[in-house]
Amino acid sequence: MTTQVRSVQPDVAAGASAVEAAIKATALTKIYGPRGGSESRHRGWRRAKDSGADTKPKAAADDVTFSVAPGEFFMIMGLSGSGKSTVLRMLNRLIEPSSGELLIDGRNVATMPDGELRELRNRKINMVFQHFALFPHRTVRENASYALHVRNESAAKRDERADWALQTVGLGDWGDSLPGELSGGMRQRVGLARALASEADILLMDEPFSALDPLIRRDMQDLLMELQRDLNRTVVFVTHDLNEAMRMGDRIMIMRDGKVVQLGTAQEILNSPADDYVTEFISDVDRSRVLTAGTIMQEPLVTATERDDPQDVLRRLSNVEGVGAYVLDDEGHIAGITRADLLAAGVGRQRATVGQLVTNEFKTVGADAPLSDICTLVGRNSVPLAVTDTDGRLVGVVPRATLLNALATPHPRKDDGNA
Amino acid sequence: MPSINVGAPVGALVDWLTANLGALFHFISTVMLALLDAVLIVLTAPSPYVVIAIFVVLALLERKWGFGLFTLIAFLLIEAMGLWIEAMQTLAVVVVATVFAVAIGIPVGIWAARSRKVSSVVRPILDFMQTLPVFVYLIPAVFFFGIGVVPGVISTLVFAIPPAVRLTELGIRNVDKEVVEAAIAFGAKPRQMLREVQLPLAMPSIMAGVNQTLMLALSMVVIAGLVGAGGLGAVVVRGISTLDVGAGFEGGIAVVFLAIYLDRLTSALARPRRRRPKARTQAPAPATTTETDQPALASS
Repeated sequence: MTTQVRSVQPDVAAGASAVEAAIKATALTKIYGPRGGSESRHRGWRRAKDSGADTKPKAAADDVTFSVAPGEFFMIMGLSGSGKSTVLRMLNRLIEPSSGELLIDGRNVATMPDGELRELRNRKINMVFQHFALFPHRTVRENASYALHVRNESAAKRDERADWALQTVGLGDWGDSLPGELSGGMRQRVGLARALASEADILLMDEPFSALDPLIRRDMQDLLMELQRDLNRTVVFVTHDLNEAMRMGDRIMIMRDGKVVQLGTAQEILNSPADDYVTEFISDVDRSRVLTAGTIMQEPLVTATERDDPQDVLRRLSNVEGVGAYVLDDEGHIAGITRADLLAAGVGRQRATVGQLVTNEFKTVGADAPLSDICTLVGRNSVPLAVTDTDGRLVGVVPRATLLNALATPHPRKDDGNA
Repeated sequence: MPSINVGAPVGALVDWLTANLGALFHFISTVMLALLDAVLIVLTAPSPYVVIAIFVVLALLERKWGFGLFTLIAFLLIEAMGLWIEAMQTLAVVVVATVFAVAIGIPVGIWAARSRKVSSVVRPILDFMQTLPVFVYLIPAVFFFGIGVVPGVISTLVFAIPPAVRLTELGIRNVDKEVVEAAIAFGAKPRQMLREVQLPLAMPSIMAGVNQTLMLALSMVVIAGLVGAGGLGAVVVRGISTLDVGAGFEGGIAVVFLAIYLDRLTSALARPRRRRPKARTQAPAPATTTETDQPALASS
């Protein structure tokens, strides 16, 4: 296979955090020649719409540029034939890029000699496959420890790591079984354990859950998100399911015909789809499950501290035509809310502070609560729903109008007030 | 249309080979004969009944009682017909030819599976070996190696190698692509991948190839008898040439018995073997013993 690697000048403007990126792909391109018979085995063929133009070389991936930060959950989204699997396989060179530059932890992968490449695959960048791709003649434990077996670790170390990984994915008791004795969901857990056991910090996942039942898929998504939070691996995840992409991904790269159509967070894509193709995609997305409180929340218009003067707070409230405000203590925790009527009653009294005029008629949610969970909480009280961080500090509020606006089908929004 | 004489150069080539590579052919001939003798001594040194007992035990390892019974009757019948030595000679030829065919065929099959170019060169050669009428190369083999068992083994080899190559290549090519990718993606070296992933998963197909090699080797035995290879082939040839149909049939049925025996024995190898997890096959064992113990205690 001919690999002509175009040397590309590091583009300073492209990524401010260029040095820290776990994966940095620049202008990655894969072109299958017209006679590339053997390549037909790879997925990522562009469907030949122009079947007459067989002589034209086909770009399975065309000038794909992106970078993935360490610990990021990066989704590559597209329909079959969009080139998403090709891009994924170029990251560990299961498919040789035709041109472009690929840096993993600052090391140039595209020109790496074979020995070094094998080392990289073994220790740095592991993969989970769509149809599990377990070794059917090895036990679950031997499957899980395969990377360590390849690098000639001692049997004790292998078993220890494998058992830890199997424990982590909830298959602690199955080490001695053969993969054929497991259900689909369990097999993919073994696939995941195999990638975890090697301690590689980058996981490539090729539609890992698309062969599973919907309920099991949901379980596996939860498991993976939990693992990623705990173990902080960098994940590149290929899927054709936008709901899955939006549920799990920090950022999503949408591909079509080998080209990147849009790259951004779920919010950015939902709120300002790049073109009609993306718009059509997101019309199927259940926005209430994808958008979270943290993504639509706004700065509260008025807050008070416990020592504030009621009259002062009342004036600020009336300026924004509000009827209530959150009262915070010195660390930003919510001490309660105060209402206009309570304040008005307090104004007459001497030495009254807002701290004496609070009630607890409010509700709080975490920033990662999906909108479907907060619909019933918004609009019940005189103050908007509070969004708090893990320490219980107020980070934003969700007024009723904001919620309705977020759930409505997209028209490019003008106020990008979200943090 | 100009007439082209294809045969003349081939004939000249055979003459040249006979004249100039005599030493090589003599060497091959000596090695083959030594191997055949060694195998034959192992098979005929003990009493036939001991050998038959061993064959039956091998058959019973498959846990099929009918097959064991068949083995016993078939080989006793061969002994009773007075064809024991001839049958063992034939078996020796088949075993030696199969060992060589497998030793050549499997590596070539592996090579062909890994390179499209090799595959496209090997395939027409295999077609040639399988379809060229036997006598066309049997006679030159006699020129090279003289009358006797060696040309018989060589022509058996030519006929028996193709299935080993074809089924090895097919088996390796049919290994799940994703599983091969998985081995690569975890950093396995090509040789390691072949040994640990491709060969084990292709094993049923490769074993089917070995089985077919054996069968084809056996089917060549009678023809090898024509060039003095001895064994059951010679019995059949003698029976036909003296119009003694009965003697020919005895030789023929002995070949069939051998064939059925070898086929059943090796086709079991082609089935994927399941490695039972130790933990679970052992777990129920204590439970059943305690269960059977309890009634005994109660009754006593």
